[in-house]
Amino acid sequence: MTEPRGASVVVVGGGVTGLSAAWWLARAGVDVLVLEAGIVGWEASGRNGGGATHVYSPLGVEEQRLWPQMDGLLGYPTEHMPHRIRVALTPEQLALYQTNARIAAQRGFRTEPLDVKALRELVPIVGDNAVGGLYLHFGGHANPQRTVQAYAWALQDLGGRIRQHTPATGFKITGGRVTAVLTEAGPVGADSVVLAAGPATEQLAARLGVRVPLAPSRVEMICTEPIPLMQVGGVDGNGLYGRQTRRGNLVYGGGPHEWLDDDGLAAARGARPTTPLLRSLGRRLAELFRGAAHVRIIRSWAGIVENTPDGLPIIDRLTEPANVVLATMSSVGFGLSPASGKAISELVLHGQCRFCDLTALRLSRFADTPPDWRARLGWLPSGSGLDSQTIPTRTS
Amino acid sequence: MTPPVDLRSVTGKTPAPERHAPLVVVGAGAAGVAAATAAARAGVRVLLLDEHPLDPELMAMDVPLYFGQRMSPAVRDRGVMLERVVRANPALEDAVEAGVEVELGISVWGAFQPGPTLRELGGPRLGVADQSRSWIIGYDRLIVAAGARDVSLAFRGWEKAGTMGAAGALALLTRYQACAARRMVVLGSGPLGLTVATLARARGIEVVAVVEVGPALRGDAAMRDALKRQGVRFYPGHVIAQALGSRDELEGVRLAALDGDLKPILGRELDIACDTACLAIGLVPQVELLQVLGCRLVFRSERGGFVPEIDAEQRTSLPEVFAAGDVTGVDERAVLAPERAHAEGRRAGLAAAVSLGALAPDRAEILLRESPVPAIAPGPRVHDYWRQWLRATLAAGGGWDILACQCEEVTRAELVGVQPPRYLGPASAPMRARSLGSLGQDGPLNPDQVKRLTRAGMGPCQGRRCREQVALLLAEAGDVPVDTIPLASYRPPVRPLPLSVLWPKDEPASMREHWVSWFGIPTQFAPHWAGDPDMTVMLDVPGGAPVE
Repeated sequence: MTEPRGASVVVVGGGVTGLSAAWWLARAGVDVLVLEAGIVGWEASGRNGGGATHVYSPLGVEEQRLWPQMDGLLGYPTEHMPHRIRVALTPEQLALYQTNARIAAQRGFRTEPLDVKALRELVPIVGDNAVGGLYLHFGGHANPQRTVQAYAWALQDLGGRIRQHTPATGFKITGGRVTAVLTEAGPVGADSVVLAAGPATEQLAARLGVRVPLAPSRVEMICTEPIPLMQVGGVDGNGLYGRQTRRGNLVYGGGPHEWLDDDGLAAARGARPTTPLLRSLGRRLAELFRGAAHVRIIRSWAGIVENTPDGLPIIDRLTEPANVVLATMSSVGFGLSPASGKAISELVLHGQCRFCDLTALRLSRFADTPPDWRARLGWLPSGSGLDSQTIPTRTS
Repeated sequence: MTPPVDLRSVTGKTPAPERHAPLVVVGAGAAGVAAATAAARAGVRVLLLDEHPLDPELMAMDVPLYFGQRMSPAVRDRGVMLERVVRANPALEDAVEAGVEVELGISVWGAFQPGPTLRELGGPRLGVADQSRSWIIGYDRLIVAAGARDVSLAFRGWEKAGTMGAAGALALLTRYQACAARRMVVLGSGPLGLTVATLARARGIEVVAVVEVGPALRGDAAMRDALKRQGVRFYPGHVIAQALGSRDELEGVRLAALDGDLKPILGRELDIACDTACLAIGLVPQVELLQVLGCRLVFRSERGGFVPEIDAEQRTSLPEVFAAGDVTGVDERAVLAPERAHAEGRRAGLAAAVSLGALAPDRAEILLRESPVPAIAPGPRVHDYWRQWLRATLAAGGGWDILACQCEEVTRAELVGVQPPRYLGPASAPMRARSLGSLGQDGPLNPDQVKRLTRAGMGPCQGRRCREQVALLLAEAGDVPVDTIPLASYRPPVRPLPLSVLWPKDEPASMREHWVSWFGIPTQFAPHWAGDPDMTVMLDVPGGAPVE
């Protein structure tokens, strides 16, 4: 294995956030190298619902502005499609979606109420169990797998480099600055570093002497066989997130997550098992779309995501070491990626984000977070499960 | 103080298994029946599951075998099919007599083992279904005897109804006695092809030709002679150039004669009228449940590709899981000669019984010596043979512009060009410039990555008709040994099942009560500009239980 050549900016993590940041940096003419532990976009970045509707975020306005341009900017398809429809099966669900609409309205995004008749005209597989819905004249969805590869290829087209199968193991710090990222293939020299390693961010930040409270967990999704295309693919509701793909598959997730401890996080690489939960996801999909109850689930998958204690991202430039920008999107990173990467690139280049206020996303908000915060929140793995090493020795 | 529990997490929401069996055996072929019978005789309570007779709708999707729409309408009569499947498997009677509980027509769509990322599961679990509902079974030990399925190979027009696989044909000819083929051409003259041809003849199907890509015929000479006497013609040094037919039905095949370099000889083409082209070039172990479980798999070309790593007791890398029969490796020479499968099954059944404490190890050793597993010299590398067929079809059977993946309509050229699906419209210039070569510069080729980009293997047949040829094509175009191509991953449900069937009637009430689309962290989707969320306040909320 050849020793990787250093770069002006080394991005640790080839997920959607790191790749977008690297691409924005390359667009600004910066020599950038992405270090990825496995294959680009292989983890949660390529396994999510593809939603691009996060207007409650400070990055949300820029997210909405950028997505319709992304295919052209990247030069590769993302399968981005505009607009969303939310389907409510209970008054409570409708109230929740209306709250979201009020938040969006504060940012100037328009939502239209849909009565059951209008809803079923737009989405014929919705049944008579729906109580109403909303049409979002904003937001949208894209194909996560295609999008992460698009970032990677676009980055390469601009001269950026990607080193796959090269996990970062630590950092060389000299005079309060990171001078190299350490890997099994050797040290990689860097003037600046972006740390965007998803669930591994906490452990890597600890090597910098920085505490980042993160809790990893496993979440699951299902995918059905293709059905005829609906007018708007971005239909969800009933506690599910997801979309109809451009091919016609119904791809949805939601429901309970499984918190992981360090052992779970270590074991999760290469093994992201799904569970019988796929049946409960399927049930909610059949409730959401009664007209599609006969449709077959053809696969399911799981991904590992990390959350901060308040569920909000951290995008911040560290004070010590001073040349590191840290980014975790707290399990909601895909849709925001056009804007988050841009924000990260501006933090690297200018020390601040010029297009929005990232105050709410600073790391310092967790300065007083107690060490046992996960236990206090109950964000721990179930204790009830049989340990896999415990094998019954008698017939029952 | 009791630590709080995150009510939105999986804790407490896993349905209790509908039933529990100390030992579950999946697959009632020679290996599975032998395993179940041996364990039951040792005093273990055994549940033996088999998916046959299949839901005809699965058969129509070529799941799990390549049936090629050559099922006769009789497959819709479940009662008759059940009767035939039982009658075709006399060893089942011994199993029942030994006390094995046998359930037929049950699909096993998932297998799950607790582990560091699955602490809530509560124990090893199987997801199973019949045609109307699904349920969960708990087990202490599992023996997977899932057999083998067809290796498919594309040629021009192979998507027409009437292209089928040998395993599909054998199932229809024997277990189901419901094969609708009338005039068949068999592709492959090895033991598999000759067996299909012989059985088809015996069932009154006209077998007009057996085609072999190499210059020499394979398989048993006596079997060949018997077929020749019945009017079957053999075509060594030939490949199928295309399926003929005006519409979606196969009405004939065009063969092309090949030279020593597997290139077509000009003007040496031959049309044969038939309604069925049966691919009998090879079989591949059905390892999907083992992969979903996380058993370690290794590539052994002489055994048909990816097989579980097993020890001398048929135990996989997971101590609770055993494997026996064709799922541990296929030997074409042993088609319909189930001695090895039987002996392996028996060994697995006895080992499972010992590990459950039902049988003393020394007693098991004595029983095993009574009928040892026959030692068989390893066969040749099958992938080299499959690659000959692939090269011949590349040269004479439609080349790069035919479909590699039928479900997603991905051509071979699109696959190795890593091009996006056509429904996305014309590709941009940088997109067209990308290829397997440029992807290979970033790291070793991975079929899962190529699958995501091209969609080959992502359709309703769950990659059964294209998985092996995609690996072969990646090896061919990437100029690497096929051994270096990882297994494209299988995902549950390993049978495509309707939402209405998978619907969990056993779902705990807490599932609905606390269901949220995403974590339920109260601040996560609140407007970030409404003021900085005060973390210390939230961390002091007893239980941390979020509210909507």
